[in-house]
Amino acid sequence: MAMAEPEGAPKESFRPSMLIYDTRYRAITIQVLVLAGVLALIGWLVNNTLHNLEILGKPLGFGFLFEPASYDINQRLIEYNSRDTHLRAAFVGLLNTLLVAAAGCALATIIGLFVGVLRLSKNWLVGRLMTVYVEGFRNVPVLLWILLTMAILIDTAPRPAAFRKGEASMLFDAIAITNRGIYIPEPVFSRSLGNIHLFGSSSLRFDVSLDLVAILVALIAGIIASILVRRWADRVQEETGDRPTTWHIRTALVVVPPVLVLWALGFHLVYPELKGFNFKGGIHLRNSFIALWLALSLYTAAFIAEIVRAGIQSVPKGQTEAALALGLSGGQTMRLVILPQALRVIIPPLISQYLNLTKNSSLAIAVGYMDITGTLGGITLNQTGRELESIMLLMLVYLAISLSISSVMNWYNKRVKLKER
Amino acid sequence: MREWGRSGRPVAGTNVMQLRSATCFLTIRRACKLDPCRAPLHAAPPEGDPSTNHHPTGAVPIPAQSERKEVNMKKTIILGAIAAAGLSATVASAGTLDDVKARGYLQCGVTTGLVGFAAPDANGEWHGFDADFCRAVAAAIFGDPNKVKFTPTTGKTRFTALASGEVDMLARNTTWTFTRDVDLKFTFAGVNYYDGQGFMVRKDLGVSSAKELNGATVCIQTGTTTELNLADYFRSNGMEYEPVPIETNAEARQQFLAGACDVYTTDRSGLAATRATFENPDDYVILPETISKEPLGPLSRHGDEQWSDLIRWTLNALISAEELGITSANIDELRKGTNNPEINRILGTEGNLGAMLGLDKDWAYNAIKAVGNYGELFDKYLKPIGLDRGLNAQWKNGGLIYSPPFR
Repeated sequence: MAMAEPEGAPKESFRPSMLIYDTRYRAITIQVLVLAGVLALIGWLVNNTLHNLEILGKPLGFGFLFEPASYDINQRLIEYNSRDTHLRAAFVGLLNTLLVAAAGCALATIIGLFVGVLRLSKNWLVGRLMTVYVEGFRNVPVLLWILLTMAILIDTAPRPAAFRKGEASMLFDAIAITNRGIYIPEPVFSRSLGNIHLFGSSSLRFDVSLDLVAILVALIAGIIASILVRRWADRVQEETGDRPTTWHIRTALVVVPPVLVLWALGFHLVYPELKGFNFKGGIHLRNSFIALWLALSLYTAAFIAEIVRAGIQSVPKGQTEAALALGLSGGQTMRLVILPQALRVIIPPLISQYLNLTKNSSLAIAVGYMDITGTLGGITLNQTGRELESIMLLMLVYLAISLSISSVMNWYNKRVKLKER
Repeated sequence: MREWGRSGRPVAGTNVMQLRSATCFLTIRRACKLDPCRAPLHAAPPEGDPSTNHHPTGAVPIPAQSERKEVNMKKTIILGAIAAAGLSATVASAGTLDDVKARGYLQCGVTTGLVGFAAPDANGEWHGFDADFCRAVAAAIFGDPNKVKFTPTTGKTRFTALASGEVDMLARNTTWTFTRDVDLKFTFAGVNYYDGQGFMVRKDLGVSSAKELNGATVCIQTGTTTELNLADYFRSNGMEYEPVPIETNAEARQQFLAGACDVYTTDRSGLAATRATFENPDDYVILPETISKEPLGPLSRHGDEQWSDLIRWTLNALISAEELGITSANIDELRKGTNNPEINRILGTEGNLGAMLGLDKDWAYNAIKAVGNYGELFDKYLKPIGLDRGLNAQWKNGGLIYSPPFR
């Protein structure tokens, strides 16, 4: 209504009172005042906290991070011992968090996709079973699922001692399922290229296996070559109308180079063996990791299944009918017509589920999985008494992880969203 | 637009007022967080009094004005009350004893459940060596051992609970260490149990010494000194192990019984207490090695000497009572008067030690009467779980339990 000023009216010069009485400025005035108020409140809180810490004789400081941690961590992806610093222990925990989050997101997506699609199945039994799964998992707190999974693993699997007595035996002589975790064969290279040591001897040092790098390079080179072959086939098809058969060349291009590299490095497996109290050799997937990973995945998958179902149902039925009329098979219809359109609806809520899973992984301490909440926010906090600093760092870490996941997924969302031309 | 503007004025006015009252609230509370907090707070309203009711010049004040001032004053009182309410929940306020008396009960942090030391029975009543020490302190303050509220804390939450003021004291088999005393700012009242870390294993493992534990999986409560001792012990003996971190004793028990770990390690008293609750205690054995010194004792926050004195001397009263032969059974007899001046001083029939602590003269009588002396407590709770006096015998019997004199 303020805009309805008649044209040609004399132009008013600015007066301070207009900050309140003129709708053009009033909104800004209020916002500035509220902002100032909020900033003052935050400032007061910070100031008050610092002041009280001073009185307690515990001034804010992060020096404790560079003291020896003095505790051991069972699952460590990088080398660590009790003489390393608290910062190093936090780093070990961070990698454990990232490991369970990444593995969880991957498994949850796979299960969620299948369950979401199967829930729409015309088969009555399959559809109902999936409904039971979804409703069962998403309506019970995830902590209970984690504890239940752990209890099942501990109470049902045999003890290592049972293997010695012959009461239990290894699967294919390669995999040992015990109540302390699952031991699987470990890939080892007899002509290993060694490691690159990054960051010298600082707390954040870590090693990169050159063997792994070589395998990845071979794999990526193969995939790129395979894509080139596909493009060549596309061109031939456009020119002549005949598509050359390429699947065997493309498969070979992807598979052969990594296999050659593996052979050159002297790849072989080391099998777990019962020595002393426990199995030695092989990779030890601890119960704590498995319980947390499975429970988080199954729980989040129930939500993802619903998101997938909603996405698929958001694609009009006419699309399916048109695809079928064109002669596409059921699988092709799903893969080429429905899913690409459904993804646009699926991706944004999927991001939230990934973030949820990552944050829920902080329940790890319930089963003794040493994630960053268990190391930095647990033992370090407790042994040093630096609650505020530890918790602030912890929040910062989770914030950084979550924002990274969001930005990657947003980038992917931009790629699959409807291109408006 | 103009009309809105007119009505806008009062709106803006209230905003300013709210803002001002808010800052007022903040400043008061801020002032209270400082040490000499209470005085200015309670002094503020009376200061306002003379200016409103008795005008300095004797002239009759304009009614409207005085009304407004009264409103202002009321607001100050309300704000003061809010601030005081906020204050009672703040950290590290001196005068814990006053707070406890005003509250009417003692808040005592105990374990989440360790038979013999502190564990709830079927009715939710806490029993044990530590739980009864809390009762003794409550009895010393209120004359009633039941005026205590138990707060179960884990190894991880106990210090935060104490530092934040959620509990007034911890009686929770906590090891007295340099960093806890100096860096974490707690005051240990003394040692009520001399302990050391040990290992428990299944008998059928055939292990007879901790030195044979190379490669074992070890269940351990996180956030304890045992966690650090364990790391040091295995490191210095060049052995490997797999730690399984666990939050509470109950979880540790479950994992150990299921065989998810070969060894359970904690203070020997804790091992004995846990073992006592097993269905077949004889299938498990506590290894002979003691790998650390774990003097356990009650503790309170740094900086309130009156309060830590009270806890310290309640503990000393229980210890001295055993040494002097005061028991919960004969205490009423002894209170009628004895020839031993120290007994008389403890029981308040001579001198005024209680008043020096800010308590009644019956304080120690009430504490001992309620729970018994140190030896009675030990026999009642720790003997049944298989612990003998050992280091915890009276100094006269070759132990370390020793109280400074009541004088």
